Amino acid sequence: MNFAVIRFPGSNCDQDCVHILKNVLGHNTRYLWHKDTSIGEADAIIVPGGFSYGDYLRTGSIAQFSPVMQAVKEFADKGGLVLGICNGFQILCETGLLPGALVRNKGLKFICEHVDLKVANKNTAFTNVGGDSPLRIPIAHGEGCYFADDETLASLKSNDQILWQYANKDGEISEATNPNGSVENIAGICNAAKNVAGLMPHPERASEAILQGEDGKAIFQSMIEWFEKQNKAAA
Amino acid sequence: MSEPAITPELVKEHNLTPEEYEQIKEILGREPNFTELGIFSVMWSEHCSYKNTRPLLKGFPTKSPKILVPAGEENAGIIDIGDGLAIAFKIESHNHPSAVEPFQGATTGVGGIIRDIFTMGARPVAAMNSLRFGNLESAEVRRLFSGVVEGIAHYGNCFGIPTVAGEVYFDESYEGNPLVNAFALGVLRHDQIARGAAKGIGNPVFYVGPATGRDGLAGAAFASQDLTEESAEQQRGAVQVGDPFMEKLCMEACLELLDTEAVAGIQDMGAAGLTCSTCETAARGGTGIILDLNKVPQRGPDMTPYELMLSESQERMLIIVNKGHEEEVQRIFDKWDLPWAEVGVVTDDGRMIVKHDGNVVADMPAAKLADDAPIYHREAKEPAYLADVRAFTLDSTTDVEDPTDALKKLLAWPSIASKNWVYRQYDHMVRNGSSVVPGSDAAVIRIKADSLPQNLDSSVEDPMKEVEKYLAMAVDCNGVYCYLDPYEGSKIAVAECARNIACSGGVPLGTTDNLNFGNPHNPELFWQLKESVRGLAEGCTAFNAPVTGGNVSLYNQNPTRAIDPTPTIAMVGIIEKPEHITTQWFKDEGDAIILLGAPVSSDKLGGLGGSAYLQVIHSTKSGTPASVDLEVEKKLHATLRSFIDCGDIKSAHDCSEGGLLTAVAESCISGQSARGDHHLIGADLDLSEIASDRIDALLFGETQSRIVISVPALDAAKVEERAKALGVPAVTIGKVGGNELKLKTAKGESSWDLKEIHNLWYNAIGNAMA
Repeated sequence: MNFAVIRFPGSNCDQDCVHILKNVLGHNTRYLWHKDTSIGEADAIIVPGGFSYGDYLRTGSIAQFSPVMQAVKEFADKGGLVLGICNGFQILCETGLLPGALVRNKGLKFICEHVDLKVANKNTAFTNVGGDSPLRIPIAHGEGCYFADDETLASLKSNDQILWQYANKDGEISEATNPNGSVENIAGICNAAKNVAGLMPHPERASEAILQGEDGKAIFQSMIEWFEKQNKAAA
Repeated sequence: MSEPAITPELVKEHNLTPEEYEQIKEILGREPNFTELGIFSVMWSEHCSYKNTRPLLKGFPTKSPKILVPAGEENAGIIDIGDGLAIAFKIESHNHPSAVEPFQGATTGVGGIIRDIFTMGARPVAAMNSLRFGNLESAEVRRLFSGVVEGIAHYGNCFGIPTVAGEVYFDESYEGNPLVNAFALGVLRHDQIARGAAKGIGNPVFYVGPATGRDGLAGAAFASQDLTEESAEQQRGAVQVGDPFMEKLCMEACLELLDTEAVAGIQDMGAAGLTCSTCETAARGGTGIILDLNKVPQRGPDMTPYELMLSESQERMLIIVNKGHEEEVQRIFDKWDLPWAEVGVVTDDGRMIVKHDGNVVADMPAAKLADDAPIYHREAKEPAYLADVRAFTLDSTTDVEDPTDALKKLLAWPSIASKNWVYRQYDHMVRNGSSVVPGSDAAVIRIKADSLPQNLDSSVEDPMKEVEKYLAMAVDCNGVYCYLDPYEGSKIAVAECARNIACSGGVPLGTTDNLNFGNPHNPELFWQLKESVRGLAEGCTAFNAPVTGGNVSLYNQNPTRAIDPTPTIAMVGIIEKPEHITTQWFKDEGDAIILLGAPVSSDKLGGLGGSAYLQVIHSTKSGTPASVDLEVEKKLHATLRSFIDCGDIKSAHDCSEGGLLTAVAESCISGQSARGDHHLIGADLDLSEIASDRIDALLFGETQSRIVISVPALDAAKVEERAKALGVPAVTIGKVGGNELKLKTAKGESSWDLKEIHNLWYNAIGNAMA
């Protein structure tokens, strides 16, 4: 499978994503520069974490205007797989590829810690690998509080677009398990067509045993299995 | 444009003595003008010249076969870690700016140290910090603490460097003068080491990075004077403003440029900005530089030569470019959308000549300016307070009857309590290298292919794809010990740091130190410094961890008193194999708990001098601290490492503040976890067989050279025997398991509910800050 990882000025999880996809999972992976106007050969795009363009106006808001994001929109419109992680999730929301917005954490402070994620819908390109137990993956963000209005929220629910929710180790959801005040404990969602997803936690930081856990791998492996299944079906 | 006339008052305002002024006249052969006076004042500040400490610092060990670039030669020292790889690391203070403007003071402290690292050609991959504040009861202290932590978080998180370890202490001596020491470490190949020398006559000098503004005017000079009541208002303009995004771009562009043939020399514009970077590079290259200030990108209108030369605007670099490669610089900096300008040329006359509007506004010998700062051998006198400290006995201190409350109070004492309120604000996992995150004795990071500064074209196969390295790092200093006995306290700082490295499975490679002291003109304070350096030097020599560089911060005092002497030590060690990585918390029910080292101190205070116990339970900050025997300590570390190498050890935790019982409690409650899922595991301790005159000394004494380990029960006897055979005292003191911490001593039994003590320890700082 061919992955492309976008580099904005200020991206800082781009290398981590490439490391996991290329060295740990063994798939072709290359960088896309923010000034690139076409995607080229790629089966999936990762919009990585960081502080794109310094995040000075509003997280992710400047990145939406970059040349590469216009190409990502076209890629997504054609059904290509796109995963946004942390700042990447914020960018996808700002770009309009995903509904809702990410605002300042409820506690107003940046939080970096492991959280347990309940997988709310196991039947997508991003969630089809893994058992019933929650995924233990770290978060690291200051503006990860997911917000959507009631109407959007209702459609997210009715269409099974909520993919990951902040839970405890038994998969139970409560206010205590919500690190940032996200509505419905939402950690990640996908679009209505289910080919674009975003989440605040960093699966690339939990994909090797030496880094206290490998639960994050399930998300990348889901994308890989989904793609291979589709390829087989097409053949 | 008219500049102020040079008067004795103006000279004094620039922190130069009449004698220093005479020396300047001698060097120039004439009176300096205003710009030149400013340049001398920053270059001859303690921060840049080490004029008060240079003779002392010569006592530090700086050599080992692994040292590739020694201390003092460049922005940071470099150490070989094998397989053609090397690391650059250094610690630096930003105390005074943080006292005035905590958020910006701390951000620019982090920014400055990161620049020192990538200036060497290394990719910065890990950060640590060491912080000191007054008591948390004070609203002003909480403001400073919260501002500093947010500042460090803002800069490090945005830049994308994991802040993996640190320490925070609270003591009234730091009231009004907090300490903010920031450390960064970078990785590079031996052939990638960059130098800060202006080589090649006729080579163009480039300025890259954002425009120069009026912020941080003469910050280096500000850092080299006492803080006063007026400081906050008057000096705010001396504090720089940090932009981590700009620095990230600047680093990527510089590393990319260093991968070409374009760079002859590179230097960051840190303290004393354009002044320091030009004259230091010229001095190192044995050359001169002509600088045209009209070409320097400027943020404000009508900036004077004085302002341009002394500004400490952040994220700027000076690059000496090999002639003919100018277009490479242009191409790469344009790619990153960064400003650049050709501002000067390297000359052969050894002079730093600064031009503005066609006029020469400064003309001075670069090498003399950089290297011939006056050197002072300050008077040292043993402080009077030490007589009382030495006379202190435990006669009027009642022994603890029931330790239940004492342990709870110690665990909730902010200096001992969990620092999660701090480190959860730092991104400590970015770069996919943090193998042991904050919360154990030392952080452990993994070095892999993408830790290198090479060009990021992922289509190029990396020659070191399979090579991975593991580094342990810690930062330590107990300022109270250093106040009560600067020599022993400083030795202990090194010993404890090395012990933390050993507990994580590492062998020390090198040390960087940050000497935070009071005004050197005060003989008693200078004596503290002198004694401290003697102790540090002995310690670093003993652990074969030479000093690779560091920072001196003097004049740390508030209007009423000086800070406790605080020689912060940061040490980096290498862990041979990933399976040797060891953490401090207990792992499994039934494991045996063994104390390596002497259960009780033989000194007359039983290890209670300067202890957390005396401070917290008896409100006493006195008594001579337990001393450390470096030979004993070395033997302890070697023994522990031999156990780790054999795979016998489940956990290892350094016994420090709060003594043995606190260390065991920490091993019960500090297990890493996810949000709301803490790994709590009990322990059943039996100390009834250990002879001790006082129970408090046994439980809370801070005897040095001790480590609490846990091993599978079946191996306990073997481990004990082997330790003793290697000359290290060892005694099994209990077993792991249950929901309580249980204790039996000759005086009776006590127990603690794990959830309760975890809550006290884990939330103490968060509750105080809420």
